[in-house]
Amino acid sequence: MPEVRDTDEPVGSEPAEPEAAAAPAEPAVVAPESVVEPVPLVAPESVVAPESAAAPVAAPHDSGWLRVSPKYIVVEVIGSLIGMAVFVGAFVVAYLFWGQWWALWAAIAIGVVSLVSIAFEPRRVRSIGYRLRDDDLLFRRGIMFQRQVAVPYGRMQLVDITRGPVARALGLADLKFVTAAASTAVTVPGLPVEEADRLRDELVALAETRRAGL
Amino acid sequence: MSASVRPERVTNLADGEWHRLHPASPLLRGGLVFIAVLGFIIANLRERLVDMFLVLFAPDVLRGPVDNGFNGWQGDWANDPIGGILSRGLVGWAIAALAVIIVAVVVGFWLSWRMHTFRVTREAVEVRSGILFRSHRSARLDRIQGINVNRPLFARLFGTAKLEVSVAGQSANVQLSYLGSALADGLRADILRLASGARAERAAKAADAALPTQATQAAQAADAAIPAPAGTPAAPGTSARPPVSAVIGHRVDEFLAPELDPTLAPPESVVHLPLGRVIGSTLLGGSTVWIAILIAVIAVGFSTGQLWVLFSFVPAAIGLVSYMWSRITKSLRYTIAGTPDGVRIGHGLLSTGNQTIPPGRIHAIEATQWILWRPFGWWSIRINVAGQSVSASNEAAQRTLVLPVGTVADVHRVIALLLPDAASAVEPVIDAGLTGRDGAGGFSSAPRRGAWLRPFSWRRIGWAAADGVALLRRGALLRSLTLAPLARMQSVAVTVGPIERMLRLASVRIHTVAGPVTPFLPVVDRAEAVALFERLADEAVERGASDTSHHWGAVRAESTRAR
Repeated sequence: MPEVRDTDEPVGSEPAEPEAAAAPAEPAVVAPESVVEPVPLVAPESVVAPESAAAPVAAPHDSGWLRVSPKYIVVEVIGSLIGMAVFVGAFVVAYLFWGQWWALWAAIAIGVVSLVSIAFEPRRVRSIGYRLRDDDLLFRRGIMFQRQVAVPYGRMQLVDITRGPVARALGLADLKFVTAAASTAVTVPGLPVEEADRLRDELVALAETRRAGL
Repeated sequence: MSASVRPERVTNLADGEWHRLHPASPLLRGGLVFIAVLGFIIANLRERLVDMFLVLFAPDVLRGPVDNGFNGWQGDWANDPIGGILSRGLVGWAIAALAVIIVAVVVGFWLSWRMHTFRVTREAVEVRSGILFRSHRSARLDRIQGINVNRPLFARLFGTAKLEVSVAGQSANVQLSYLGSALADGLRADILRLASGARAERAAKAADAALPTQATQAAQAADAAIPAPAGTPAAPGTSARPPVSAVIGHRVDEFLAPELDPTLAPPESVVHLPLGRVIGSTLLGGSTVWIAILIAVIAVGFSTGQLWVLFSFVPAAIGLVSYMWSRITKSLRYTIAGTPDGVRIGHGLLSTGNQTIPPGRIHAIEATQWILWRPFGWWSIRINVAGQSVSASNEAAQRTLVLPVGTVADVHRVIALLLPDAASAVEPVIDAGLTGRDGAGGFSSAPRRGAWLRPFSWRRIGWAAADGVALLRRGALLRSLTLAPLARMQSVAVTVGPIERMLRLASVRIHTVAGPVTPFLPVVDRAEAVALFERLADEAVERGASDTSHHWGAVRAESTRAR
């Protein structure tokens, strides 16, 4: 699975290079990638008034773009390294036992591609952002292939917390939002466990008050 | 009917009591197979049985040849069990075993019928079934996504129907198979009325008053051999059994009656399909191209002596032809009509079925036109409904196909039926959405640089919004107009890939429940995409909060009272 992303990554990463360099240079900006995506999609003050009267549960005011824990980089890097080790190992074995030259080249190519992609890992993790607005949750990720999703709280069917072995060691958890549409596919990875628990409870309560049929 | 829950004639199944299914249900569900197997065995053993009875009752007639036959087969149980049984004097035991089996099957059927009960309360439809392993399934009324009444050919012969309540969720449907034909129609109306949140007591009283009179009228009609309306109750199982000829006449009338009861919906809201259009559209459909390719491959294979081609491609061709055939037969006698409790779609010649989708259950609508249909102006309409289209089975595909083929006028009418609340706002933009290009008719147009990504269709790509419905237009060879009611939008996404970023473009996707329709706008100007994303996200929240169509009856009552 990491291989797919890795091969995507460096193909187009040349044009993205200046942005990647530019983003860390301006740490004051709230959004992870202000260069690419217009950040002020909604002015924070424009959406406060109408909701407070309607909803009994205190609506969260706009949280602004929040990033996931930087420790999540470790999870991603370890995952990529394991994937790389498996594939490179398989090809190296093929080379050693059957003397297939192409296998050696394939192993080298995969290794290089994986390492390049691992080098971009911090940048990619920094591109993951989520934002709690009055009535919906925004989520976005990706450097080359950017995706931004808005999920109204009332449409959430359930909120799922999953923890892999590495993430557990680092005290991180993934928060997955499930709606009636399979294609929503919003998973906020790398949240600190207590933050994930708090967010889950808050979102479940919100979803309950905003529930509007299916 | 020896042991009924309620001995008197039941006319209203939705009274909150436990009821049983039609007494012929076990026969229709599995008994036919059993009878067929039995008939097959008997047909195959006919000669043996004749011999056997001759031996038993007239031993003098055929002594010689029969004995020879048995001597030859003696001990060969696999080839001739009856000969073996006969020659060892086990006839009594065999007959006893057969009797035990038959009695066990009959008792099993009877028990399964007796233990299978259902009731409809104010909150839910509940079904209890099973002999050893009991199951109790309950479907909440406010989660009902649609009700289907199917009448397979055999069930129609018995005057029965299968009622299926579909609920969001995989294989969560509640099936009542089988019920009396008219009782099923009545139950469907009752469930929908209860689900609608309308003043139930008043309506139930009205229905109670209406049904017995209808029944007596129907009985009179059957006696007088006057063509009865389609909604007359089925006769079997009643204490006062009408004469056989009346029952047969009644069945014939049911077969000949129109699939859609004319009193059910105003005739101007009904869409019919002419037979010629159904056949023509199927012949010009995508499967025809595949058939042509297959026939070409088979011909080439045959002429060059590659016989393996026959084995691999002929079955595929047969499958395609049978698919086309089933498409034609399913589209026969097709009607779609607006009833007070939702859109009713009916079809079928011998095996009929109809589906009622209550308001507020449709998540996306797509009208498509393939290039070969363009000269004729034909369109087909598919929808996304929760819980029905999860599996890709043929039946599910059939259910999501709301309009198999229709003209532009039909498209207008069907969309007005499917989106009753937004119909007036959507109506003016439909034409531009179906055939228009560029910015005409209220649609936004894609920038010229979109031609790099969509060389043929970029001028078609555009979006419009009307009264809480997003209209997405795309496709040149396969024209498509997608309508997504924002009150039921699950989420919205905007994506930007590397090439799109270079061209300052983006694509927007509206996520709905799974189904054949994906609302998708492939090419939009970047800034416009962000604005559209914001607008959709905001409007989805707003519409979702104010949407009350899932309790359509209550709202209607409120509004009439306010008036």
